[in-house]
Amino acid sequence: MRTITYGQAISEALREEMLRDRSVLIMGEDMGVLGSVFGLTKGFLEEFGPLRVIDTPISESSFTGMAVGAAMRGLRPVVEIMYVDFTPVCMDAIVNQAAKMCYMTGGQISVPLVIRAPGGAGRRNAGQHSQSLEALFTHIPGLKVIAPATPYDAKGLLKSAIRDPDPVVCIEHKLLYATRGEVPEEEHLVPLGKAEIKRKGRDVTVICYSRQVLFALEAAEELSAEGIEAEIVDLRTLVPLDWAAIESSVKKTHRVVVVQEAVKRGGYAAEIAAQVMENAFDYLDAPVKRVAGLNVIPPFSPGLEDLIYPHKQDIMQGVREVLR
Amino acid sequence: MKTGGYDRETAVKFYREMLRIRLFEMKAAELFSRALLAGNIHTCVGQEAVAVGACQALRPGDYITATHRGHGHCLAKGGDSRKMMAELFGKSAGYCRGKGGSMHIADVSLGILGANGIVGAGLPIAAGSALASKIMGKDEVTLAFFGDGASNTGNFHESLNMASAWNLPVIYLCENNRYGVSVCIERVTRVSNLAERAKAYGIPGVTIDGNDVFAVHEAVAEAARRARGGEGPTLIEAVTYRHRGHYEGDPQVYKPKEEIQEWKERDPVAGLKRKILEEGLAGDEELGAIENELRLEIEEAVEFAMDSPYPDAAQVTADVYSKDNEWGVAR
Ligand SMILES: Cc1ncc(C[n+]2csc(CCOP(=O)(O)OP(=O)(O)O)c2C)c(N)n1
Repeated sequence: MRTITYGQAISEALREEMLRDRSVLIMGEDMGVLGSVFGLTKGFLEEFGPLRVIDTPISESSFTGMAVGAAMRGLRPVVEIMYVDFTPVCMDAIVNQAAKMCYMTGGQISVPLVIRAPGGAGRRNAGQHSQSLEALFTHIPGLKVIAPATPYDAKGLLKSAIRDPDPVVCIEHKLLYATRGEVPEEEHLVPLGKAEIKRKGRDVTVICYSRQVLFALEAAEELSAEGIEAEIVDLRTLVPLDWAAIESSVKKTHRVVVVQEAVKRGGYAAEIAAQVMENAFDYLDAPVKRVAGLNVIPPFSPGLEDLIYPHKQDIMQGVREVLR
Repeated sequence: MKTGGYDRETAVKFYREMLRIRLFEMKAAELFSRALLAGNIHTCVGQEAVAVGACQALRPGDYITATHRGHGHCLAKGGDSRKMMAELFGKSAGYCRGKGGSMHIADVSLGILGANGIVGAGLPIAAGSALASKIMGKDEVTLAFFGDGASNTGNFHESLNMASAWNLPVIYLCENNRYGVSVCIERVTRVSNLAERAKAYGIPGVTIDGNDVFAVHEAVAEAARRARGGEGPTLIEAVTYRHRGHYEGDPQVYKPKEEIQEWKERDPVAGLKRKILEEGLAGDEELGAIENELRLEIEEAVEFAMDSPYPDAAQVTADVYSKDNEWGVAR
């Protein structure tokens, strides 16, 4: 199979969906002339024109609100918020409008909107450009949330998200854009709400998503040398959660480590841990362990920034602790 | 460019301040290209007259809010080049102890309420600072620097409305450098003149040549006079240009080459130097000496920054709250 980058995978997903469905359009800052600050929509303006590839003013609150309106009228806008850190600027449009519309109109209206928002630390961009804010969105009923780790999943999930009738928040880790992986030439979809076992193992279940999947896989390789076989469950979709995948893995391994880059307190890993304890307590041989970011603001200084999110060693350590 | 009414000292001082910013940023750009600095660097090369003209019209006790392109604002308001450079390096001797980097320089003792990574966020903060001055009966003004891009955010409109309704002592200074990243202002707004927006809020709006430090100085001085006199905010649009990319490394594919060239010929630093020489306010030798002095200052700042230690790992959890306590941070 051919190999492409995560960024190319997203670009292909957008382009293919725009070609397939004339109601799909792209909105956001610098998406047109520049082809997006991450280079994902290069050439789109020429190919699809300014009504479908819209360079917005710096007006997140209003252009996201407009995307909600357009989606209510049957279009399928894909909005990019340049960094997930800027979503707080437009939280009303996302939380009170997009997420509520279907329910509060008694199902009359759906909002087929995708909000793409690069997140994550590691690029020395300091506190307002490095956060992992997915937990804010997983807490809101009415939103779906995806966080792909590989080019294959990024393309397949984004295409599914665009076809989905509900608002989907797609969190892309900035440091994944340049990573490479196999993606089929022909059309492929990854359904929302399906986790994937990225590595089989018998001793411990490591539940993770986004960039931490790569770290977890590295950790698993090293642990294997120590005789520990970790099963890596990549959630891929955070909402809706694939509980069946988690449960069957827990029944097999009886030990769970949940990994996230985001700040530990109030994070999505806490939700997973709680669900495991609520619904699969009898299968557990040890308390669920969270490996997560420090409860701090991402600092600029390189040495400090690298301390705030989990690395391979932290995951290995977490695994050893639940195996003790 | 006019120097009428400005004496020799003032003209030379303005030149010195502008050149300091230019040299600081060209050095930062060079360090970045040599991979000695991490993160992003947004320079204001070409816009120095706005920062200097404005800050020179303020008093030391006045406040500013800066932007992501804020080195010039901070230096012009009195920022220490050593502490600034150290922050760009992520060193503990930096203004933010290495936690903020280029985009977040703050020094409250100098009235710098912070550069900001969120476009438009500084405008309501400036209005809030002005509100505080008003409530506390202090004779201070607050000036918000922001870009043409930021003038399209909700924050711009909402804060101008409140500031004008309540006659707050705030100055809105828009640096219209034509672009928000790649998006040219004409593509996202219909008013050819952003200062016209002042009408909607019932306050004065003036458009000035942002490459003319004296014009900026005059406009801000007048706005500050109004603000202190209880007459409320002013919107100033300073028309200028950034010579370099949005960030260092940006090839600026979205800008016409001739446009960049045209504006480079109107370089505010070179222009002021020419003017000073033409009018005989200072000689080549004097200006050369100033340049040498400033180069030395910047070299020393770099040395200071490079010699300073990185923050200790224990600092990673410090300052999350203003009074550090274990339970706040750790769990
Ligand atoms: C709320 C928000 N949206 C988007 C960005 C990304 N961004 C950073 S600078 C910038 C352009 C700002 O343009 P302008 O206000 O004109 O200032 P300039 O860069 O020209 O100085 C953008 C879109 C951001 N930092 N914050």
